[in-house]
Amino acid sequence: MDEQLLEVQDLEVAFATEDGLVHAVSGVSFTVSRGEVVAIVGESGSGKSVTVMTLMGLTRSPNSRFAGTARLRGEDLVSASEEQLEDIRGKEIAMIFQDPISSLSPVQRVGAQIVEQIRAHENISKAAALDRAIELMGRVGIPNARERARAYPHEFSGGMRQRVMIAMALSLSPSVLIADEPTTALDVTIQAQILDEIRQLSAESDAGVIFVTHDLGVVADIADRVLVMYAGRLVEQGTVDEIFYDPQHPYTWGLLGSVTRVDRDPPRRLPAIPGQPPSLVRAPAGCPFQPRCPHAFDRCRELPPLAPQLPDAGHLDRCWLKPSEKRALRETDGRIGLTEGAAS
Amino acid sequence: MSRFIARRAFSAILLLFATSVVVFGIFEVIPSYNPARAIAGRNATPTTVAQVSEKFGFDKPIYVQYGNTMKLIFTGQIIDYSDNLNVVQQFGQRFPVTASLVVPAAILWMVVAIVLGSLSALRPGRLMDRGLMVAAIVGVSIPVFLLAAVLLYLFAFKLPWFPNTGYTKFGSNPAQWAYHLILPWIAIAALSIGFYSRVLRSSALDVANQDFVRTARAKGLSERQVFVRHVLRNSLMPIVTLFGLDFAALLGGAALVTETVFNLPGIGQYEAQAIGNLDVPPIMVGAMFTAFFVVLFSALSDVVYALLDPRIRLTG
Repeated sequence: MDEQLLEVQDLEVAFATEDGLVHAVSGVSFTVSRGEVVAIVGESGSGKSVTVMTLMGLTRSPNSRFAGTARLRGEDLVSASEEQLEDIRGKEIAMIFQDPISSLSPVQRVGAQIVEQIRAHENISKAAALDRAIELMGRVGIPNARERARAYPHEFSGGMRQRVMIAMALSLSPSVLIADEPTTALDVTIQAQILDEIRQLSAESDAGVIFVTHDLGVVADIADRVLVMYAGRLVEQGTVDEIFYDPQHPYTWGLLGSVTRVDRDPPRRLPAIPGQPPSLVRAPAGCPFQPRCPHAFDRCRELPPLAPQLPDAGHLDRCWLKPSEKRALRETDGRIGLTEGAAS
Repeated sequence: MSRFIARRAFSAILLLFATSVVVFGIFEVIPSYNPARAIAGRNATPTTVAQVSEKFGFDKPIYVQYGNTMKLIFTGQIIDYSDNLNVVQQFGQRFPVTASLVVPAAILWMVVAIVLGSLSALRPGRLMDRGLMVAAIVGVSIPVFLLAAVLLYLFAFKLPWFPNTGYTKFGSNPAQWAYHLILPWIAIAALSIGFYSRVLRSSALDVANQDFVRTARAKGLSERQVFVRHVLRNSLMPIVTLFGLDFAALLGGAALVTETVFNLPGIGQYEAQAIGNLDVPPIMVGAMFTAFFVVLFSALSDVVYALLDPRIRLTG
């Protein structure tokens, strides 16, 4: 349970564009261990998808620049050659994408697509691979798997398509499974089913799961640990309980505060974090959240390090406020949120 | 499927009818058109011209003439006004020549276009890609008579590598048959390669950005496998459609300039002569012949389309 599968150290990803160098990911470090589910949360543009796609080498292009390392069982993915990556992709580390209708080939039968994944790494016959594909489809909850394997993606519903993607991703029992917003395109009831599938299957295979989402409800449901990203940086990191019950960063408070709770009276206005995420091209020095943070003070002009401020060494955050100040500022009427409060 | 065929067959009949009416009608409004005079000859007396006119029915109402002409066409008895040859027979004899010219040229241009288009899509912006763009513009702009004449001049006259026009039947000497056709094949192919490869390149670049290509890469497939199995297969649709129409037109005689320059006795050459002589029967038969191929090949390309993309259902 404690075996560390993936270790990401100071990952930097930038893209050269006409307007300058876009720093999509800056100094991100985290680990993923066997059997644990790590959720990466953040708004659109926070760098969460770029981070996980870089792990699979899918962001490589003539205008991308990388720094840092991402070691999968000791082997660095950032500097790996294309051949090495082709070996690893699908076999050691696999990915489920956001929109299954566009992520599956429209002209290939779904069984054939799973077979293609299997035969990309294993030298077995098409018939044997198809049998395995059908068995996998059954395990992810697709009824009449043998018949349905001959169907095309457009003949499935959204939830079923996502199950096909899950079956495909797990077909070679990868050590790390990346799910990039797999339920965003699905309705809520199907979402619950898919999350159950992912949770169950990854528990069975003991894979480490990286789950990218912007939905805190999903995080609460499925995650063991949570990484909060903002403007390409990690701003808070901790267990799911720590993040939900003892959040240390104002941005996290804002995220939690913007979730409408069923067990309370509805607010007159939906709470939102005012302002916009910063440009990633000419990022201002200092804390990236400073322009939008009501608790910012002069020290925030200097970028805070990602460090533990509490006795618990696993709970890290990037904020200059002291823990006592944070506890005072983060709650209003018993609710955690980002409100105008007295800054020191 | 049978409904598809039935609907296409019905539209073929309608199209053939419409084509024949339009072509026939055009000649009725041309001022200098006087077929009786043409048949009778330059030195014929007015009496002879009147006799010819009566014999051929040129004095009858237009719809009667039309009806007669169509009857003659479909019974295979129609003859042309210039040389008194049986038009249907001429077409029958000349079709193998046109097919010999068009079919290998089409295969050549499609294979080369797919290869060059793929290479361009794999390395966009590089030398090969830009070179291909120039080739495409040249291919579309250059008049075929110029290209054919230049090829003939350079490679048959200046450098005696190839024979100076003419056609040898495949049956009598396959090697000579091919030898005589190489320059014409190049002339036809050169016009289309640039265009088709650019269409494929553009289509492939669009497909390469799609999510399922990213999934294919995420499975660990090599770049070559990703390109051939996923990108290319989804990029062929536009060139299949274009090819259907181009090929149909060529089989119907659209390569008439090439046939004339290289002196190949094909359908195009016959049609070109007929147009020059305002000789209605071959022109009508030619137009209907082409219309038939257009319907046939557009139906075939629809079928291929449905085979390539299972989301498409064949409708009429």
